[in-house]
Amino acid sequence: MELLQLIVGGTAQGCVYGLIALGFVLIYKATEMVNFAQGDLMMLGAFMALTFVGTMGLNYWLGFLLAAVCMAAFGYLLDALILRRIIGQPQFAIVILTISLGFLLRSGAGFIWGHETQVFETPFTNRIVKLGELILPLESISMIAGTLILAGALYLFFNFTKVGNAMQASSQNQLAAYYMGIPVKRINSLIWALSAIVATIAGVLLSPVSLVDPSIGFLGIKAFAAAVIGGFGSLLGTVLGGLIVGISETLVGRYLPPGFKEIFAYLLMLAVLLVRPQGLFSTMQRKKV
Amino acid sequence: MRILFKTSYLDDIRLFPHSGYLIWYGILGACLLLAPLVLREFHVGELSQVFILAIAGVGLMLLIGYTGLASLGHGAFMAIGAYVNTYLIAKGVPFLISFPVSGLAALVAGIVVALPANRMTGIYLAIATLAFSQIVEQVVVRWESVTRGFQGMPVPAPDILGHPLTQAWEFYYLCLAVLVLVVLGAINLIRSPTGRAMVAIRDSEISAQSLGVNLVRYKTIAFAISAFITGLAGALLGHKLKFISPDAFNIILSIQLLLMVVVGGLGSIHGAIFGAIFVGGLPQAIALMRDYLPAVIARTPGLEPGLFGLVMILIVLFEPLGIYGRWLKIKAYFDYFPLYRRATFKRQRSYLKTERVR
Repeated sequence: MELLQLIVGGTAQGCVYGLIALGFVLIYKATEMVNFAQGDLMMLGAFMALTFVGTMGLNYWLGFLLAAVCMAAFGYLLDALILRRIIGQPQFAIVILTISLGFLLRSGAGFIWGHETQVFETPFTNRIVKLGELILPLESISMIAGTLILAGALYLFFNFTKVGNAMQASSQNQLAAYYMGIPVKRINSLIWALSAIVATIAGVLLSPVSLVDPSIGFLGIKAFAAAVIGGFGSLLGTVLGGLIVGISETLVGRYLPPGFKEIFAYLLMLAVLLVRPQGLFSTMQRKKV
Repeated sequence: MRILFKTSYLDDIRLFPHSGYLIWYGILGACLLLAPLVLREFHVGELSQVFILAIAGVGLMLLIGYTGLASLGHGAFMAIGAYVNTYLIAKGVPFLISFPVSGLAALVAGIVVALPANRMTGIYLAIATLAFSQIVEQVVVRWESVTRGFQGMPVPAPDILGHPLTQAWEFYYLCLAVLVLVVLGAINLIRSPTGRAMVAIRDSEISAQSLGVNLVRYKTIAFAISAFITGLAGALLGHKLKFISPDAFNIILSIQLLLMVVVGGLGSIHGAIFGAIFVGGLPQAIALMRDYLPAVIARTPGLEPGLFGLVMILIVLFEPLGIYGRWLKIKAYFDYFPLYRRATFKRQRSYLKTERVR
C-alpha cells in the first residue's frame, strides 16, 4: 500500500517534470534552441497566477487563464524581440543567452515579488481523496489530471489545427515550410508562447506542493534530465521521461540513504546518455561522417 | 601598421611575434610585480582574486574557446581542487605537494567526465556537465567524514618550505606566479600539435576527423588539462577564502566562470584574463554604484546575478566576440585608419543550420 502511495506521489511529481520538459522539447523541436530559462518561465507563470488569484482575489480558474494569456504574450515577445536575433550563432551562444535570461527573470521576480517563499491557496490545497485504503492528496490528482488534459489538448492541437500542422512542418524543415508559405518566424514565436503556457500550467499545478519563490526555477535542471531521458524529440517520450524521473526519485528517496534523491535524476540521465546518447525514445540522429 | 614578414613556420608560432609584444608585456609584468608596493592590502587581495579567476578562466577557455566543448560544471572541478588540497594539508602534507595533487585529482575527475562526454556534443554535453556538478555538490554535502558537509573546513595559509604565506602580498605573488605559468603553458599548448588538433575539433568535428584527428583522444586531453588548471584555481580559491563550504562552489560559480570566458571573448587567452577582470571587478563596481542608485533597487538581494544576466545577454547579442573582440576591432580601426570596414568582423551566418538529420 505504501508503495502504491509513493508511486502516485511520484507520478504527480513526474507529471510536473514532464510538463516543464515538454516546454524544452517544444522549443527545441521547432527552433533547435535549448531554453535553459524554461524553469524560470514556470516560476514567472506561478507568480503571475499568484498575483491574480492571491493578491487581486480573482477566481482561481480566471486567474489561471489570465496568467496563461500573459505568459503567452511574454513568450511571444521574448522570441520576437530577443531570441530571434541569435539565430545562426553557435548553439553555445543560445545556451548562454537563455541561462542569462533565467538569471535576469529570477532577479526580476525577486525584485517584484520578493525572495520570501509564498503560499498559493488553490482549490486543491490540503484536501484529500480516499480510495479504499489509499489516501490521495487532491494536489497530486490535479497534477496528473492536468497533465493528461494538456497532453490530449496538445495532441489535438498538433494534429487537427492549421497552426499545429504548420508548427510540425516548420520543425521538420524550416526552409521547406517557408517555401510552402508558412510564416516561420511567427510560428517560432507562437511556439515560444505555447511553451510559456505549458510552463505556466506546470507552475500553477506545482505551486500548492512546492510553494512559490523565485528559485523554484531550479527544478528546470531536473526536468532537463527528464527531457534527455525522453530523447528531446518526441512529446510522448518527454512526458514518459518525466514520469520515470519522478517515480524513481520518489522511490529512491524512500528506500536509499539521503542524498541519493537529489542526484538520482542526473545519475539516471548519465546512464541513459552512456547507453543511448540520443535518448530513450528519440527519433533523431546526429550527422555523422 | 606593422607588416610581419614570415619566412618559416617558426616565425608563425613565435611566442612574441614582434618586439612590441615584449615591450608591452614587459611593462605589464613590471606593473604587476610592483603593484603590492603601491596598493593597499584590500586591493592586493582583490587582485589575487582576479588572478585566481583568470587561472580558472584559462582552464575553461581551453575547453570552450579552443576545443568547442561547452561545460556548465567547471565549478565542480574547482570544488574538487579546493577540497583535495585542504584535506591533504589537514593531513599534514606540505602545500608544494598538495597543490599539484589537487590539480591531478581534478584531472582524474575531468577524464571521468570526458569518458561519457565524448559521446555527446552541444547541449547534451552542457547538460551532462551540469549534472556532474550537481552530483559533486551532493557528494561534498554528504561525505561528511572528509568534507565536513555544511560545517565547512578552515583552510590554513599555504606553507612553502616552512614559511607560511600569511601576508596578502605573499599570497599575491603566489597567485601571480601560478597564473603566469598557466598562461605560458596554455599558449604553448595552443601552438603545439595537440592544441592545433583541439582547434580543428572546435572548427569542425567532421573535417578534423577526416584529417585524422582522434576525436576521443583529443577531447579527453582537453577535458583533462582544463580540469587540471581549474582544480589548481580551486585550491588557490580555498586559500583565498580561508574557509570552504559547499555553498562556495555551487552552480553560480560555474556560471560565473562561463560568463568570464564569454564576456572576455571566446577563443583567446586574453579573453579569459579580460573576463576575469570583468567578473572580479563587477561586485566592486556594483558596490560603488549602490551609493548612487535609488535605495529600492540598491537594496535588492538578487541584484548581482540579475546584472550578470543582463550583461551576458547584451554581450551575446551585440558583441559575440567579447571584450577581446572589441579590442581587436578598435586596433583594426587604427591599423587600417581611413580604410576600416565594418564588414571585416561581420558574422558569416545568419540562418539556422540544422544539427540533426532524420
